Amino acid sequence: MELVDQHTKEIMEGCKERALEAGLRFENESLEYIVTNRDLLELTPKVMIPTLYDYWVHDVEVLKEKGRYELYPSNPYETVINTRPAISYYNDNNPDWMNVMIFYHVLGHIDFFQNNLYFRHTWDYDFNGRALSDKRLIAALRSEKGRWVDYIIEFSRGIDNLVGYHRELSGLDPPPTSDGSARINYYFDVFLQDTQKVNISEYIKEIERYNQCMREESENGEKTFFSEVRKKYPEFDSLYSKSLKEKRNGRPDLFQYLLENSEFLQKEDNVWMKSIMEVVRNTSVFLQPQIRTKIMNEGWASYWHEKLFLEDDRIKGHEVDFARTHAGVTSLPRVGLNPYALGLRMFYFIEELGDTGRYSTEYRRLSDTAQRKAYDNHSQKGQEFIFKVRENLCDFTFINTFVDQDFVSQNKLFVAGKRLNKEKMVWEYYVKSRKAEDYRQMLMDGLYHPPHIEIYEKKDADGVLYLVHHFEDKPLVKEFVANTMLGIEYLWGNPVQLETSEVITSASETSGSSAAGAMQEVLKPSDFKWERVVYTMKNRELSRQVMAQEK
Amino acid sequence: MKDSRFDIYENLKADGLTTEQEKIIREELEDDRQHVLPGDRQDSEAEDCFLRWVPETIYEFYDLIHLQAMSAMQSGYTATARSIDELLERDQQRESDGFPRKINVGRLIKPGKGGKTKIVIVPTTVEEKFMHDPSFRTDENGEGQSSGGTGEGEEGEVIGEQPVRPEGETGSGPGEGEGGPHELESNAYDLGRILTEQFKLPNLKEKGKKRSLTRYTYDLTDRHRGFGQVLDKKATLRRILETNIHLGNVPDVDRINPSDFLVSPGDRIFRILSREKDYESQAMIFFVRDYSGSMAGKATEMVVAQHVLIYSWLLYQYAMQVETRFILHDTEAKEVPDFYTYYNSSVAGGTQVASAYRLVNEIIEKENLVREYNIYVFHGTDGDDWDTDGKEAIPELKKMLEYASRVGITIAEHSYRAGKNSEVEKYVKNSKLLEEKPKLIRLDVIGEDAGEQRLIEGIKKLISE
Repeated sequence: MELVDQHTKEIMEGCKERALEAGLRFENESLEYIVTNRDLLELTPKVMIPTLYDYWVHDVEVLKEKGRYELYPSNPYETVINTRPAISYYNDNNPDWMNVMIFYHVLGHIDFFQNNLYFRHTWDYDFNGRALSDKRLIAALRSEKGRWVDYIIEFSRGIDNLVGYHRELSGLDPPPTSDGSARINYYFDVFLQDTQKVNISEYIKEIERYNQCMREESENGEKTFFSEVRKKYPEFDSLYSKSLKEKRNGRPDLFQYLLENSEFLQKEDNVWMKSIMEVVRNTSVFLQPQIRTKIMNEGWASYWHEKLFLEDDRIKGHEVDFARTHAGVTSLPRVGLNPYALGLRMFYFIEELGDTGRYSTEYRRLSDTAQRKAYDNHSQKGQEFIFKVRENLCDFTFINTFVDQDFVSQNKLFVAGKRLNKEKMVWEYYVKSRKAEDYRQMLMDGLYHPPHIEIYEKKDADGVLYLVHHFEDKPLVKEFVANTMLGIEYLWGNPVQLETSEVITSASETSGSSAAGAMQEVLKPSDFKWERVVYTMKNRELSRQVMAQEK
Repeated sequence: MKDSRFDIYENLKADGLTTEQEKIIREELEDDRQHVLPGDRQDSEAEDCFLRWVPETIYEFYDLIHLQAMSAMQSGYTATARSIDELLERDQQRESDGFPRKINVGRLIKPGKGGKTKIVIVPTTVEEKFMHDPSFRTDENGEGQSSGGTGEGEEGEVIGEQPVRPEGETGSGPGEGEGGPHELESNAYDLGRILTEQFKLPNLKEKGKKRSLTRYTYDLTDRHRGFGQVLDKKATLRRILETNIHLGNVPDVDRINPSDFLVSPGDRIFRILSREKDYESQAMIFFVRDYSGSMAGKATEMVVAQHVLIYSWLLYQYAMQVETRFILHDTEAKEVPDFYTYYNSSVAGGTQVASAYRLVNEIIEKENLVREYNIYVFHGTDGDDWDTDGKEAIPELKKMLEYASRVGITIAEHSYRAGKNSEVEKYVKNSKLLEEKPKLIRLDVIGEDAGEQRLIEGIKKLISE
């Protein structure tokens, strides 16, 4: 891996100037490297972060068929990574015009990384640097503990898709709360009832007193009220601030819970495992926004590489080359999804919404087609609007907000169905629906979505960690349950249980299709019956138990 | 061919069939697929399929590949070649630490015509997590996953087609070997070594039938007193002790003090190089595969995968002195020239196991192979047989057992018939051959969903002494 030469770097700097002028915002420093295939071989398993810790699985071909992207929330062949300075990778023999295009694309990504709020938690440090120190830590531990380090990495990675990423984010940017009412809420809801356990008549008396205070002096009513409280319960203030702190931390994710509550990990001999778990967790939290903004991120970068390339005066004469490459990347496929193409068109569409003022109640109230078509308030706020969108949304909200019938019709989009034609033994692709809601749903269904698994604290069970999978009509991959739970049990040091839902299949249903055994068996939803099951991992043995049947 | 099938069917019906048997037979009869090799039919299908393959999810797009057109990486095989042993060692260590194994020695066969079969070993693993099952679908009407699309077309209009099995019908088909980045090429011999060493497959007992080869090896096997190349310490010590006993220098055998020994220079024993004539035993393996219609899908995949492993193992055991013959059967059996055809021929037709056994016996008799070779027969099937109680198959099987070193029958049981004995299983068990000649015949029933570990277990069962 070596840096690009001075000539290329100069081109990049030129691109930066133009991008800044156009309104993109990013830190001035960036690093560009030439990569060879051999470099890529090492980089891709490490999600392009050169300093990521070593782990033997990185040297092994990982089976892909089972939803690889669900397992690895990251982009293994990404060109640019979200570090400080941002690092980007280039093919050795790109011609200059192409590098210009890629540079603009890269700058689009960097701008996105550094301004989209879903990346907020990555703004204050350089991940590359942190990863390096983590790598050294793990290497040092490995020389001491040997293969056990790898087991801990393995078990931690087994749960690294369950990190509380959103909680992490919400803590960074708390909404402004009116302190007064929160205090009141705490006083009446928690303090009086749970801490003091006052009886009902006293409780009502307090409410009356509060109301009276508020009636008498609406401005300072609360202050007066609490001055009384302070006299009566001098400990209230400290308890309140303590509760605020707890609230900010929120419910712990599985990692945090294990780190804090696992007796096994608290043992002196095992404390070193915690630091490895922290490393794995941090890495995962760092990578989370990447996969949740794929369409936006690629769309944004494609939007800017197109716009800025065409305005760039340095590469006149390569318009045709550009057009060919650009179309190859951003043309909508006849069947299939392409995040570049989709995101790019979304941003153009949104810009138009802003330019014509169509993102408004007024426009939405119109039901006359002709009026809708002609609607334009000439506000020309499009640019401003797309910058707002890139700052505040992620793929889910992006699609949910902006994929509407106008967008779908304008781009002639449809949901492509795939069905089996048994006579010809072919899959037939057909136009299934041109409705925006169907298209939106299809996009949503394809978005990254790890299972929602929470810790349920059972007071009575001795030492059992009880996990509840909140069922969303999608079962878990069964083959993976055993080993994942094995890992959790190891880290927890006691038995672990998982409650989830599974399909009840009876053998008779499938036997009918024996002649067509190789054909994909697809059951209809009406055939499904769900049951709630509990898996128990105890002493590295997995057992399964059916709970009450769901209706 | 169809006619003969119906003849057989009529005869069978005359003999009386249970409804269930009839159902299975009818299914195979009504299925008018043909045995084809993938190459044979590509022409006919090329025109039908005009849809270009596009990734199904948005997460399969990457800047490096799509924007910069960097090709998927090809690794230098040598870089990773060293690591497979390490990986397997690690895997064994896992087991002794009480965790399940994690490495699969994925084999990819890249068959080429004309015996240029290459087996590529790709160690693979999975990182397990709690995750939603992406293969789970709830669409109505037996549909695959919906995707996006763009362009003209009314709702409901068919806009393109794609063959269901573009690569031919063997389950594990060559399509799976699409050159992942971490491939390391190796030949079947290496795979055999790995199986033997790492998975503790047993070593073969020499059967005694050896053919002399005009080849000599030089080995430090001869002993010589007084001088030579390498001191044989154990033999020397023994010699010294012997001398000292003769000299009466060892009064109490329980308390020997070596420092009292008298050592004569003549007691030193050396090993010296000597010329050895090389004898090697050789094996002839018959791989027999049921390629009837009912074998579609995973059953075939299992059988073929297992046969590759067995082939590799024997190749190692017999130090490459292995010859293979490939037999495919439905209601009739035929010998095919190479592994490519064996591996890729698609399933169709009915099932008569006896035809295959008969063919094996004929070949052996005709070519007089018994004198020259250790003969192994491995048969893979899903257990269906129109000859429901083995009236024809059992006599042929008995004949086979007279000469074979081992007959291994693998039944890849369909999941929908799990727990019920299949015909082949039934009649082989009823014939008592398994108890009478446990050294010669083995039967293993595996579920069609079994993993690699189970396959290797199966091989152990088939070939262990």
